[in-house]
Amino acid sequence: MSVIIILLIASISVALLFLIAFLWSVKTGQFEDDFSPSSRILFDDKIHSDKTIKSR
Amino acid sequence: MPGTGKDIVSPPLCAHCGEACITQGIILEDKFFCCEGCKMVYRIINQNGLCSYYDLNAAPGITQSVKVREDKFAFLDNEKIADRLISFKDEKQTHITFYLPQMHCSSCLYLLENLARLNPAVISSTVNFTRKEAEVIFLHHNTSLRKIAELLTAIGYEPYISLNDLKQTRPVIDRSTIFQLGVAGFCFGNTMLLSFPEYLGVDAGEEGLRNIFRWANLVLSLPVFFYSALPFYQSSWKSLKHGFLNIDAPIALAVMITFVRSLWEVISGSGGGYFDSMSGIVFFMLAGRLLQDRTYRQLSFERDYSSYFPIAVSVMKEGKEMPTLLPEIKINDTLLIHNEELIPADGILTRGKAFIDYSFVTGESLPVRKEVGEMVYAGGKQTAGNIEILTVKAVAQSYLTQLWNRHDRAPEKAKSFVHQVSKYFTLVVFTIATVSAVYWQIHDPAKIWPAVTAVFIIACPCALLLANSFTNGHILRILVRNRFYLRKAGIIEDVSKVTHIVFDKTGTLTSPGEQTISYDGTPLTATQKAQIAALASCSNHPLSKAIVKHLGLTAGNLTVQGFVEKPGEGIEGFINDAWIKIGSPASSSSSSEKKGTSVYVSIENKTMGCFRFSNRYRDFVPSLLKQLQKTYSLSVISGDNAFEEENLRRLAGKKSALLFHQKPEDKLNYIQSLQKKGERVMMIGDGLNDAGALQQSDTGIAVSEQTNNFTPASDGIIAADQLEWLDRFIRLCRINRKIVIASFILSIVYNIIGLYFAVQGTLSPLIAAILMPSSSLSIVLLTFGASNGAAAALKLK
Repeated sequence: MSVIIILLIASISVALLFLIAFLWSVKTGQFEDDFSPSSRILFDDKIHSDKTIKSR
Repeated sequence: MPGTGKDIVSPPLCAHCGEACITQGIILEDKFFCCEGCKMVYRIINQNGLCSYYDLNAAPGITQSVKVREDKFAFLDNEKIADRLISFKDEKQTHITFYLPQMHCSSCLYLLENLARLNPAVISSTVNFTRKEAEVIFLHHNTSLRKIAELLTAIGYEPYISLNDLKQTRPVIDRSTIFQLGVAGFCFGNTMLLSFPEYLGVDAGEEGLRNIFRWANLVLSLPVFFYSALPFYQSSWKSLKHGFLNIDAPIALAVMITFVRSLWEVISGSGGGYFDSMSGIVFFMLAGRLLQDRTYRQLSFERDYSSYFPIAVSVMKEGKEMPTLLPEIKINDTLLIHNEELIPADGILTRGKAFIDYSFVTGESLPVRKEVGEMVYAGGKQTAGNIEILTVKAVAQSYLTQLWNRHDRAPEKAKSFVHQVSKYFTLVVFTIATVSAVYWQIHDPAKIWPAVTAVFIIACPCALLLANSFTNGHILRILVRNRFYLRKAGIIEDVSKVTHIVFDKTGTLTSPGEQTISYDGTPLTATQKAQIAALASCSNHPLSKAIVKHLGLTAGNLTVQGFVEKPGEGIEGFINDAWIKIGSPASSSSSSEKKGTSVYVSIENKTMGCFRFSNRYRDFVPSLLKQLQKTYSLSVISGDNAFEEENLRRLAGKKSALLFHQKPEDKLNYIQSLQKKGERVMMIGDGLNDAGALQQSDTGIAVSEQTNNFTPASDGIIAADQLEWLDRFIRLCRINRKIVIASFILSIVYNIIGLYFAVQGTLSPLIAAILMPSSSLSIVLLTFGASNGAAAALKLK
């Protein structure tokens, strides 16, 4: 039955990954502004100057 | 207004801002503009290939008809001031965050994020739309902070820089509750999963495996106990220090007892413990807390005068203008107040004609005239040309700021009934624990420990807290949907206890932007009307604008020649060879009794008549006041003269108190006198003149025309058009209490079931694991259903 222990470790580490992903996303403010990213993606940016592209 | 006839030409709309083009002839390519400002912005955007701005939304611009003074941002060249504003600076780059209140659509976002195309020294600009902020990074060798601010102003997004920005501490967003909730959720889910073998029974042969599960649970519960549950320890410790037992105290106690008992069980090998129940309740309670402590990023309830005041002002020193930080202004400094600037300190007018708009202070939108030598008070906005004032009081000592700083709201608001209930609850739990301890002492001393701890575990008042925080959270959510924002959940209870409602008149019952205009005198012909409209449209004065709007005409092909605007007096000019003058009584050489504000018209030196301005009540005011009279005592309090008394008496009913000529401190004192009579007062106001009264009242509600507008410090903010439903909002807040009580009863049923097992010392982790989440879940569902049902019954959104 020692396979259960391996499964246990595997499942908790996957869950832990999700927890870390969640904490990271909160910390970097991804839930702060729900308007800009969704509109930003629709902007036509083919004529961007080099400078703005670099800063992205 | 009869007989406007055929002259009505519907004007083309401005390609930039979408407003009607009253003055014609401002055309670029094939597009019409309402003013030169809009045309200029269009040209800047067009030349830089940013025309997507106009494709994303129709006419997204901001009207440029009110010009910003050219050297308004000169103070940004002063390094001492600039240093206080920028967030980061190295040898090459400067980072600064501007607050741009005009931002409103995706076009704005597009333009602002492409700032680099307009000024190559800008490295990047990133917009936070919710907070209406743009973070600009630029190379300070190639440009300056002032130029960036001026660029933003030129394209219609004037940065709002106030005295408040001087307080270096930017509010740090506290995300710790979300982190704690995330950790608790993770541990709760996994602990529950790992507890299953324990509940389902593990074969005797697999003792080792069972121990591994138990220890894994123990490890998983550590972050919950030491990190996620922290807010409960902190809150209960704080309340204990103040010699008062709040609802968090018994919860912290229950969490600790559960943890210690479970720890002991696992170490001694006698059982699996209650780790899953413990993590579960912490998780649910944190979720409730988060729901109830919602924050409104775009609103602020703590604004003081510093958010209204400019950061710097021009001080005249030896004939030169010196931009000076506001706190550094001393008594006897001569301040130069430009047109459209706020007067930051009380002073004596020494030069120029003051025509001061005190709408910030009094809510009255019509400007007041002051002559040299008269006192002008801080908070007023100069609307006609430049003036100089000699300060007689420092900024912090001014009449208005003094009013703000009054923090003598001594009676700390009564504690919520939830804490009272929890006190009795705790008492009962202790009694039951003692009784069962005594019982088992006599019959079977070995069972004292399991029975007593089980009582504390099961009877923790977490269900009470859950019921309260989830109900509050739902009610707040419903109120927000209806654009009524409360500062915190506790205000719901204050609102529900209101017995007396005090309304401010100007700006609250009347709408500040709209005036009823009536014309008195020799009837005007359609041509004369068009001529007056043409003349008035040359001026930016609010009264002129109102007249244009009232006449509803465009200038057509009439040209105004020899236009003169005499600040504070009026405007004049030739239209089709007719010399027309519009202005205050003196300039039209006619005197009349003062009845509100009037503007006189004279054609060829012959007084024709006058336009009378009076405030207009919001459409719903009669029905609102009629509805509220049935349940509450009402007062209407106004800084105005008693001109409107009769009209108001009819609206507010016989019993209501109507007070006129009230200064800000009179309002405050009136609220105090009501409170002494035992009334629980709700004050509804809008301007800074109500600030003291809003703070003094049991619940102060600020009325806001736009929710991102500035409002004085208050307990709640309501959108002006939602004031109509005030009665329903108060009723909803009363229902809040009933829902909480119903949920209490439900939770007590669960507690009795649990206690039945607990006192016998037979509370197995399995029973606890079923009882706890199911009681929590059913409370969450009950509060959700009941509050939404109540909102639907009250016909709220």
